Amino acid sequence: MKSDKPKKSHKAALSRRSFLKGAALTSAGAMAAVASLSHLKPAHADAPMPAGAVERLGPGPAPIELKINGEVKRLSVEPRVTLLRALREHLGMTGTKLVCDRGACGACTVLMDGRTVTSCMVLAVDARGREIVTIEGLGNPARMHPVQAAFVVADAMQCGFCTPGMVMSIAAALKRNPKAGEDEIRQSVAGNICRCGTYPHVFAAALNTARGFGAGKGNA
Amino acid sequence: MSRRVTVELGYPGDTRDVTVEIPDGEPVPWQVPDRFELVGRSTPRVDGAMKATGAARYSYDIVLPEMLYGAILRSPHPAARVRSVDLSAARRLPGVRAAIEIGNDQARFAGQEIAAVAADSSDIADDAIALIKVDYEPRRFAVTIADAAASGAPSVFSGSNLDKPKISSKGDVDRALASAAEKIEATYVTPVQTHVSLETHGAVARFDESGLTVWCSTQGIFSVRDDLAVYFNLPPEKVRVICEYLGGGFGSKFGARPEIVTAARLAKEAGAPVKLMLPRGDEHLATGNRPNAEQTVRLGADRSGKLVAIDLVQRGSGGVGGGSGSSGPFKMVYPCDNIRTSETNVYMNAGPASPMRAPGWPQGCFGLEMAMDELARSLHIDRLEFRRVNNTNPVRAHELDLGARAFRWDDTKSALAKQTGTNRRGIGVACAAWHALGASGPEATAIAHRDGHVEIRCGTQDIGTGTRTALAIVAAEELGVPISQVASEIGDTRYPFSLPSGGSMSAPSNTPAVRQAAAHLRDKLFRIAAPILGAAPSDLEARDAVIRVRFDPSRSVAFKTVCRRIPGDSISAQGERLPNYQEFRPDQAGCQFAEVEVDTETGITRVVRVVAVHDVGTMLDPLTSRSQVNGGVLMGISYALFEMRRMDPALGLMMNPTMDDYKLVGPLDTPKIDVIFLDVRNGGTNTGVLGIGEVVHVASTAAVACAVSDAIGVPIRELPLTPDRILAALEHA
Repeated sequence: MKSDKPKKSHKAALSRRSFLKGAALTSAGAMAAVASLSHLKPAHADAPMPAGAVERLGPGPAPIELKINGEVKRLSVEPRVTLLRALREHLGMTGTKLVCDRGACGACTVLMDGRTVTSCMVLAVDARGREIVTIEGLGNPARMHPVQAAFVVADAMQCGFCTPGMVMSIAAALKRNPKAGEDEIRQSVAGNICRCGTYPHVFAAALNTARGFGAGKGNA
Repeated sequence: MSRRVTVELGYPGDTRDVTVEIPDGEPVPWQVPDRFELVGRSTPRVDGAMKATGAARYSYDIVLPEMLYGAILRSPHPAARVRSVDLSAARRLPGVRAAIEIGNDQARFAGQEIAAVAADSSDIADDAIALIKVDYEPRRFAVTIADAAASGAPSVFSGSNLDKPKISSKGDVDRALASAAEKIEATYVTPVQTHVSLETHGAVARFDESGLTVWCSTQGIFSVRDDLAVYFNLPPEKVRVICEYLGGGFGSKFGARPEIVTAARLAKEAGAPVKLMLPRGDEHLATGNRPNAEQTVRLGADRSGKLVAIDLVQRGSGGVGGGSGSSGPFKMVYPCDNIRTSETNVYMNAGPASPMRAPGWPQGCFGLEMAMDELARSLHIDRLEFRRVNNTNPVRAHELDLGARAFRWDDTKSALAKQTGTNRRGIGVACAAWHALGASGPEATAIAHRDGHVEIRCGTQDIGTGTRTALAIVAAEELGVPISQVASEIGDTRYPFSLPSGGSMSAPSNTPAVRQAAAHLRDKLFRIAAPILGAAPSDLEARDAVIRVRFDPSRSVAFKTVCRRIPGDSISAQGERLPNYQEFRPDQAGCQFAEVEVDTETGITRVVRVVAVHDVGTMLDPLTSRSQVNGGVLMGISYALFEMRRMDPALGLMMNPTMDDYKLVGPLDTPKIDVIFLDVRNGGTNTGVLGIGEVVHVASTAAVACAVSDAIGVPIRELPLTPDRILAALEHA
């Protein structure tokens, strides 16, 4: 371990994220049993771990598998790499956007086991064994998810940088409740920030989808 | 050769004939009687599917083979001399490919660029930044206007931190104020606001045998190209700048800014492409802001409520650079005989200002409109009536009527007079103005391909307003084809020249060039179609995807059939943007109404509804235009209620450079927004289209603040209207 790594003097405060990123331990149970570094194995999600064992990863890159949009992807990441950076920088999936990098804006929203998460706040190694769905998994320009098509019709976008995150939040909300009303829709995107101020058209797109839901097919 | 044509301009209820002199080849300006297929109807943006699916490629999404990641080291001190920079440890870190000094020997704000690295991954780049050793000699600093303007204040540069006041004067303000029947004087304070574009600033830069190619998040690809050509001593044609999609700019992304130059320098040093996109914190610190302002406003009126004098003494600062003037609204919105403004830029040790959506206007409008409300109350005149009395623009007079009716101003006012309880509602109205007439310079190419599809090329960029869509609507209208047949190619300096996108200039500057190019292309197609139809080219028209004889529409040939007769692969035509000629009005008006509810126990304010009324020149697309109005209103609410760069005067640091501590308006804060457009055939160019990005934002903050003041019965003189300020205001009421 690079224990002599100097501290970042210009970022003295310990943020939630630097704490998260610095923690190279991922708990696989309630009780600790530290595995030897020399026995570091490919950290497959389904690798059997004794109850109460703690898996030790890092600090160097470790091979992992992630299930994204139904496909198993193999990549090698340091434990500090977030799911967002793994998607963008290791897998070339750039539809998911990095904006605030601390879970404050929703631009990097993806689905993990059907629930929305901000992928900048999830370590890639913690996404092992989960079903990840990204904006690319919902649809493409030639074959859009109903929510994506509704966003286009209602012009629920301006610069478009928040749009993938907005779409993911709305798609998840309508999957939960296809007949969601405006209050529920507003709540579902409460954490998605749009600097262009496109919210009214996002609500409209979601309500239009709710009214016509079931007409199209989607993966989410 | 030029010709004179007389066109009917204006809007139903107020039109007039205007004779314009235009060169041959320039289409006749769109006028009131014209009937359109696409113009004025809602068209979803043509690149909407790309954005909704995440397929749109922003500069941030560019990945090149062998690409490195860059990072910048910034000064942690608000003021310091840089004695030395030691890059050796950073260079030794495995994976680091380049390390450079940026060359600022004085740090004048916390966040100033000092050094940069490029490495195999963004994590290694961050690690390398932490290994750079800088020897700073910290100095005294000032991060508030009061501290920077105090006697004995440390100089941000050298000498005084105050520019000489910029004074403009007409009439005799002092005499008019002395004899005014009623007058008020108050000081209005607005905070520094940061842009918070969601895509941060930055670039991907690559040097190769063809020269320098830069993908960057910019509002002006050609100005970046020219800056880089000078910096790297290259001919402009050896520099190519690409911006396919842009994740917001709001005025902060002009020219080859430090991070763009740094990306290119690192690419040159490393001999490999470099991506350098700023982290969020740097955005707040170093990429621009709307400067703050302290505006002392004096207004005087006669007994009838007519303004007789307007006086503004303003000073403001964003930090180490940028103009802070806010006099625009004072001169343009309620022009009276005696107006004097004095504006002073102050320098302090904080990140520089840059243009931000209607630079100077939202803060000016806040000062002016709050003072108007205070004076209306002294005069016992209804606040809307007071604006009507002092408005001199007939378009705005009409808009105030439309807005008052839609907002139900009188009924709401009567209803609110009877309200009881601790949740207090209030209403406000504020007026906007802008001058978005665009400029000459842009060129466009229109190309018809043998398969019948049309391409428009123009070196503009889309900051999110829907530029591709606007250009496609204009071309499709002129050629009489469905918009699905037209592709707008923008965002590349290999396309014909265009101007930076700012000041609501894009639509009025680019659409006339595109219309002219499309008209020239259509004329070429008419020459192909004429023998098929047995008619003269001048007797043909293009509509409904056919080319037909104007006086005998049954004689027609499909547009696509004509394209199949193109002798080569395609035919193309050029268009240019002429200087503005005679127009209906040289300005834009507009007004906004707001209703708010203030919880007087918690101080929390909620905007309930907004009515926005705006003239847009020729309306191209109500759907995307409504998006812009919603955005202008919401950004105004955000500025009124939430946003503020907080500087610690003891440490000299920004305390909230994150998106959780720097609060922006969110979905739950969004009121009902009703938008009313006034479609004005404005002339001036062949389309008469005006930009609306600025004008829809000018009055939003003021309207909300006026409503809050009405709700709590206390004048509002400082933004943002956070709960603590509301409670303090109520306490002193």
